[in-house]
Amino acid sequence: MLRMSIGHTLLGLLESGPRHGYDLKRAFDEKFGQDRPLHYGQVYSTMSRLLKNGLVEVDGIEPGGGPERKRYAITDAGITDVERWLATPEKPEPYLQSTLYTKVVLALLTRRDAADILDTQRSEHLRMMRILTDRKRKGDLADQLICDHALFHLEADLRWLELTAARLDKLAEVVAK
Amino acid sequence: MTPSGSLLVAEGLRKTYGPTTALDGADFSIHPGEVVAVMGPSGSGKSTLLHCLAGIVPPDAGSIRYDGREMATMNDAQRSALRRSEFGFVFQFGQLVPELTCVENVALPLRLNGTSRKAAERTALSWMERLEVDGIGKKRPGEVSGGQGQRVAVARALVTGPRVLFADEPTGALDSLNGERVMELLTDAARSTNAAVVLVTHEARVAAYSDREIVVRDGKSRDMERVV
Ligand SMILES: Nc1ncnc2c1ncn2[C@@H]1O[C@H](COP(=O)(O)OP(=O)(O)OP(=O)(O)O)[C@@H](O)[C@H]1O
Ligand SMILES: [Mg+2]
Repeated sequence: MLRMSIGHTLLGLLESGPRHGYDLKRAFDEKFGQDRPLHYGQVYSTMSRLLKNGLVEVDGIEPGGGPERKRYAITDAGITDVERWLATPEKPEPYLQSTLYTKVVLALLTRRDAADILDTQRSEHLRMMRILTDRKRKGDLADQLICDHALFHLEADLRWLELTAARLDKLAEVVAK
Repeated sequence: MTPSGSLLVAEGLRKTYGPTTALDGADFSIHPGEVVAVMGPSGSGKSTLLHCLAGIVPPDAGSIRYDGREMATMNDAQRSALRRSEFGFVFQFGQLVPELTCVENVALPLRLNGTSRKAAERTALSWMERLEVDGIGKKRPGEVSGGQGQRVAVARALVTGPRVLFADEPTGALDSLNGERVMELLTDAARSTNAAVVLVTHEARVAAYSDREIVVRDGKSRDMERVV
């Protein structure tokens, strides 16, 4: 997963209620960390950045000390930030799956409309695909081949998105567990 | 609200088939010369929307205005005259008449409008040239490839100079090379005559030939341009 989306993902996980640092890491690894679990260091550096930006607040500290004992709660500004991230389509490029997957799962977890994310992203992909298609029509054979390569990759993203959309109900069940 | 300058505008379309709601308040609008892709999952109501817009299927509720005229107020004869003279159709499987040659198929809509055989076939051949299938004019549909047949179908749809071309998965039965060529030729031809194209497709690479897309989901339409 792109490093910059870890903050949004942790924020999204906080939407369902306050959590301790270790609990956040566990929830993240369980839902999104299949290949790459988070380091504790990443969790704390991310949380301190979110704190500094006013997107989370400390909601309590368990006795015993240590940073993992802090309990974090999302702020209104934090909720707005998650909202904006989910509503903003990703720049179309190959290998977006993990970011898109995270967005869809988070939307389901926070009871937002996941189909919205899919439609918005499709629209953004199509915008780029139209530019490539136009370039292809006007270009020489080399242009055509290069544009086709990009078009097939973008199409693959979209086909995966469509399939995900068709399975949203099932995914919602799995995610809710 | 009528988007200004629209050629075809539909608002609040509803259509049920027995217990099935195919359209549940769908809207649509298209300008002359515009290519609009209609996307969305299988069974969401795309073809039903196209059939309503084209006056093939009457909606249960909602309005459809073509060139300022409300379709519901037209009688059957007026509607079918509209389909013959102003609209063109391409479907997934060409639906050519198997007994006629390809050039006779393309000429057919003109013949039905009363054009002489000679003049109709001359115009038909010029459209077949544009779609790069003038070499198969004398063959019957059963003797040509899927890609060739589909180009013949596009030529037939455009031969009367329609103002709206309705295409439902026009490349659905073709491989990607042929599909793209058909889309290129279809959109070039439509642009050159300023025809509007309603393009139902689930393929993004086909939709990329459009100017904008709407998404149909559960019988409701979503105009992605107005959302973003
Ligand atoms: N003539 C009909 N009689 C009964 N039900 C119909 C009829 N036409 C469509 N339906 C139903 O209406 C709904 C919408 O169908 P429609 O053909 O418009 O979907 P679509 O989006 O074109 O799907 P696809 O991508 O599979 O072609 C479906 O549930 C379909 O079963
Ligand atoms: Mg259909």
